[in-house]
Amino acid sequence: MIQLFNVSKTYLGGVRVIALKDINLHIKRGEFAFLVGPSGAGKSTLTRLMIREELPSAGQIMVDSRSLLRMKEREVPYFRRKIGFIFQDFRLLMERTVYENVAFAIEAIEMSKSEVRTRVPAVLDLVGLKDKLQSYPHQLSGGQQQRVCIARAIVNDPLLVIADEPTGNLDPDTSWEVMNILSAINKRGTTIVMATHDKEMVDRMKRRVIALDMGRIVRDEERGAY
Amino acid sequence: MRISSFQYALRDACRSLWRNKFMSLASVATVAISLVILGGAWLLVLNTQNLATAMESELEVNLYLKQDLTREQALGMKDQFAAIPGVDTTTYVPKEEGLKILEDRLGEDTNLLQALDGNNPLPDIYRLKSKDATLVPQIAAEAAQIAGVEKVRYGQGMVEKLLSLTDWLRTVGILVIIAIALAALFLIATTIRITVFARRREVSIMKLVGATNWYIRWPFFLEGMMIGLLGALIAVGFLQLLYSQLLKNVAMMVSFLPIISDAGSLLRLYEILLFSGTLLGAIGSAISLRKFLKV
Repeated sequence: MIQLFNVSKTYLGGVRVIALKDINLHIKRGEFAFLVGPSGAGKSTLTRLMIREELPSAGQIMVDSRSLLRMKEREVPYFRRKIGFIFQDFRLLMERTVYENVAFAIEAIEMSKSEVRTRVPAVLDLVGLKDKLQSYPHQLSGGQQQRVCIARAIVNDPLLVIADEPTGNLDPDTSWEVMNILSAINKRGTTIVMATHDKEMVDRMKRRVIALDMGRIVRDEERGAY
Repeated sequence: MRISSFQYALRDACRSLWRNKFMSLASVATVAISLVILGGAWLLVLNTQNLATAMESELEVNLYLKQDLTREQALGMKDQFAAIPGVDTTTYVPKEEGLKILEDRLGEDTNLLQALDGNNPLPDIYRLKSKDATLVPQIAAEAAQIAGVEKVRYGQGMVEKLLSLTDWLRTVGILVIIAIALAALFLIATTIRITVFARRREVSIMKLVGATNWYIRWPFFLEGMMIGLLGALIAVGFLQLLYSQLLKNVAMMVSFLPIISDAGSLLRLYEILLFSGTLLGAIGSAISLRKFLKV
């Protein structure tokens, strides 16, 4: 699903910052992988490279058998339709209802109205929010907001979900709810890459753990711990 | 683009038009003002040109003949005048007829004839109509050379002045219109920039979920075009009201002025105004959208 070959990323600014150095990585279809490591280890840079928000300074990246370096600018939107995103800060639109927040994501990729009307309630049911369709984000708890964010990420049936610290702002119980939903999505065949600081969660999940430090992969274990 | 995508865009455009109502209103007003001036100047130019043509067709050269000519001599000169290049028609007005015209013009209660004591001081006159108004000065000069012609008169300078007025109006009008159109453009661009800024969160999410650049641009484009069209509609309504009122008053007070009132040329002007308003909105949006989609 995702392959990185000798990928490096250097930011040129006032000072040269080496964010990633010589990364080789292969994440298979249907896998659930944690990206762990201290702040500044390169987790966010790695996820940004995977969705082609940025291009690597060196190396090659393949996602779904396509080279992100050779991809043309106008193909990027269509590529992104195969990926769902979940953020630590949810990034919901505050002046829109739960329903509208989710509908928005598939309206933007030009799905028809009838498709929007069937998909949105179904996916909100899946994340356990079917009675909150007309609520606004500020009326929801943090966990509920994150579930809206998950619903928005998967409403398009993506092949891959990338989650950047999805439980970073949530208490342990709520974190588990979110984790369970992500596990369920993974069981349906969706590949999930999740960057996290949550040690306890990683240890209990017993999934693949890719540990980064100073821009390098320092550990990569099947069924690992933090 | 799908129909439903267009509906989404229209919905979003209306929504943000409403959300920034004051800014939108300011832009609509600027467009309306610039188009009212454009339309007003246009009508003015159109009418002066019309007036100039009307005056040109009325223009004629009056030849006053010497008093000592006999009637036969006077009538015999007709062929000489008709032979001048550019002359269309020649009309002979004998002095008796001239006196009668004068009498009619002065009114019934004058005793002009009595005062003149039976003498007629007026000369015989030839009226020459030219085929083309620009030839009038040449015709006048040539006619003056012919023996027996005492004096030559025509509306010296009138037509030239009128035509130079239209030219002047056109240049000044165009300059004013350009200045105001630029102001309108700037305001629309600013309005769109504000709405883009207000919706930057939406835009960034749209980009992440894979919306194409055109899908993202459309609502903003529509918003600009709606501002332009709305301004143009107001301008057209205002002009129509103003012009019909003017037409009524002018027709009553100075009925001889040839004012343009046919529906065809007015309709054409209104079409042009609506089109330019919408175009103004589209260009204004394009200016704002040019660089903001770089992610």
